[in-house]
Amino acid sequence: MSVRINVLDHVMVPNHQVMSEEEVQNLLRRYDITFDQLPRIYHDDPGVRQVNGKVGDVIRIVRKSQTAGIAEAYRLVVRRPKK
Amino acid sequence: MFTDEMRSQIEGAALPELTRQQLLAALEGRDVTEEQFRKIMDGVHAEYRSTRIEPLEAVGVIAAQSIGEPGTQMTMRTFHYAGVAEINVTLGLPRLIEIMDARKEPSTPTMTIYLSPEYNNDRDKARMVSWQIEAAPLHEFGDITTDMENMQVLVHVNEAVLAKRKISMDVIAETAQRKIRERRHYRDFDAEVNAAEHVIVFTPKDQEKYQNLFQLAEHVRNVIVQGIDDIERVVVRKESGEYILYTEGSNLKDVFEVAGVDTTRTRTNNISEIAQVLGIEAARNAIMAEALSTLSEQGIKVDVRHIMLVADMMCMDGEVKQIGRHGIAGEKESVLSRAAFEVTVNHLLDAAVANEVDELNGVTENVIVGQPIQLGTGDVKLIAKPRT
Repeated sequence: MSVRINVLDHVMVPNHQVMSEEEVQNLLRRYDITFDQLPRIYHDDPGVRQVNGKVGDVIRIVRKSQTAGIAEAYRLVVRRPKK
Repeated sequence: MFTDEMRSQIEGAALPELTRQQLLAALEGRDVTEEQFRKIMDGVHAEYRSTRIEPLEAVGVIAAQSIGEPGTQMTMRTFHYAGVAEINVTLGLPRLIEIMDARKEPSTPTMTIYLSPEYNNDRDKARMVSWQIEAAPLHEFGDITTDMENMQVLVHVNEAVLAKRKISMDVIAETAQRKIRERRHYRDFDAEVNAAEHVIVFTPKDQEKYQNLFQLAEHVRNVIVQGIDDIERVVVRKESGEYILYTEGSNLKDVFEVAGVDTTRTRTNNISEIAQVLGIEAARNAIMAEALSTLSEQGIKVDVRHIMLVADMMCMDGEVKQIGRHGIAGEKESVLSRAAFEVTVNHLLDAAVANEVDELNGVTENVIVGQPIQLGTGDVKLIAKPRT
């Protein structure tokens, strides 16, 4: 792509943030889950690339929700499997 | 008095954002005593807790029923002209199936293109953007004649069209040649531009057969020289005070690069394209928006929560997966559960060959073997302690 647009500006894309080590530990403790129980996102996803997420990072996604107003979701960055 | 203390208490409460805002709005400027405020907060908390789904509730089955039943009332086959514009869009049940199946391309791809502020309140400027987008074949730019005597295809370019569409002769000639070679994979020809007479002359390399000449003429006629190849038609409409373009055909990536397009609002109904260009979270939103609008267009009300669950499941693993045997249902852990869904024999056979073990953790498998399922009260184990 010649002109890189910031996908986070699009109305359909919620805010993505890379979480710190400590936040991730708190998250896993709060829900009593392991890393691989988190939903995934691929490393080359436009949203992840915009915030420079690396494989193994956890991305916090702040969604606008019709029911709750604001809802947070979390995704683990994984490598896109080769077809 | 509604104090700041109360306000910060509401802001810090363990309630959804929307509830907090509604609470603030309702209490703002009212006379509330400490006592009343405590009662309100307790009441709201209790109400919130009671509306939450209980642990071990079978939400998937409820969502399936809640979308499936109204689905039976939908029109089986509707080709609507989308209310606005003369653009043909698949709606009703076929569209809903398309969304759930996560098709690579919808049967009627269409885009809604918003324009940036400099372009969106002037019809002519909107039209200019639309020319950059709508695929225009060479024959729209002038007359094309096949000269059999000299074995040539002549394009008499109409200057008025060039001026109207703001494109130069050289650009057209260059794009035409490049696109015939690259997109249409036809290489055995030469082209020459006669700028003075506004003619582009195409000559096949093989002068022996007329077949080549006609083939070349066909390519010349239909080669796209302006606009984006996938977008067959663009309609300009004025809606709520601004000009919006509706298209037949979709190519989000290329449209984003056209000057004048608002890249923050422009959307398509092709979900896999959204996943590619804007990411999985945008795809999740798109699935929800498309499903919801398809249902509500038919006058059917389905709670968003059910659709949210479906969209979440489809986007769980970083890519859009269909609901069905090539997606969510086909990737279940349990052999029995997969076999119960579709293509039973294949799954059982493969499992036997691979020496698979079924842990019987899910619902379907346990129904099959006749055990209590781990849902609702089925998961609770009570052990009576004998009184001594």
